[in-house]
Amino acid sequence: MPVVEIHKDPKALTMTVVAQFAAPVSRVWAAYADPRLLERFWGPPTWPAKFVRHDFAVGGRSEYYMTGPDGEQSRGFFEFLSIDEPRAFEVLDGFLGPDGKPAEGMPTMTMRFTFEPHDGGTRMVTVTTFPSLEALERLLSMGMEEGMKAAMGQIDAVLAAG
Amino acid sequence: MLSYNQMVVRHQSSADYLDRLFGALADATRRDILARVMGADASVTELAARYRMSFAAVQKHVAVLERAHLVTKRRDGRAQRVDGNLSAVRRANSLLAQFEQIWQARIGRLDELLATSNQGEPNAGR
Repeated sequence: MPVVEIHKDPKALTMTVVAQFAAPVSRVWAAYADPRLLERFWGPPTWPAKFVRHDFAVGGRSEYYMTGPDGEQSRGFFEFLSIDEPRAFEVLDGFLGPDGKPAEGMPTMTMRFTFEPHDGGTRMVTVTTFPSLEALERLLSMGMEEGMKAAMGQIDAVLAAG
Repeated sequence: MLSYNQMVVRHQSSADYLDRLFGALADATRRDILARVMGADASVTELAARYRMSFAAVQKHVAVLERAHLVTKRRDGRAQRVDGNLSAVRRANSLLAQFEQIWQARIGRLDELLATSNQGEPNAGR
């Protein structure tokens, strides 16, 4: 498993994920910098992501949408707060409304990615910070559907196999 | 998302309970009600005002959530108050656990991507 360690801090509302990849830093960095690579892993197979904009520069924005199994769409954006290639970058992650503007009253979270060479590969540390418990709950209630649908699909598969 | 499913199954193995839990969460209105009362409790009347449906319909949704043990109801004078069922920190912890599943899966996909496109330069896969 590439994930080495996950640390959750329910009081600070942060989650830290430490992952180790065999690939060098340049390739892990490129997987985030290149939207065609990023969309191959950002969303789950049941909700693939498509990046229609990816200005990987400080102050730049990305816009993406994820499409669910029934054609429903969830639109999001990144705003790049800082970039220190190839060591670290930080983004604000939020939802977009149907008009393509950041959805009003919707929570945002920040994600900080750091990369360093380790054991011939790359160690990546991601720290996600949620502004409030309510924001975390809203973010998850929106993501819940995807998880529940995938889980239910698996139950169907188990029943069909039995 | 396999890991998400496994987490749910490990947590509650009773098939009846899973039916109730999945059934309760399979509806967008109920998920929305749940998200609201997880943040702060609300009366059924306050909830009903937020949806384009009758008071009775909202009451039914709340009852489904209650049977799945996702919310509790209590009397407060003439009002029925609905609350999420866990203390704030436990709740945050369980919510963070769900985020953990999302990240586990995402990093697994990134690892696969890096393993499958390992020839040539970083952008050779374009």
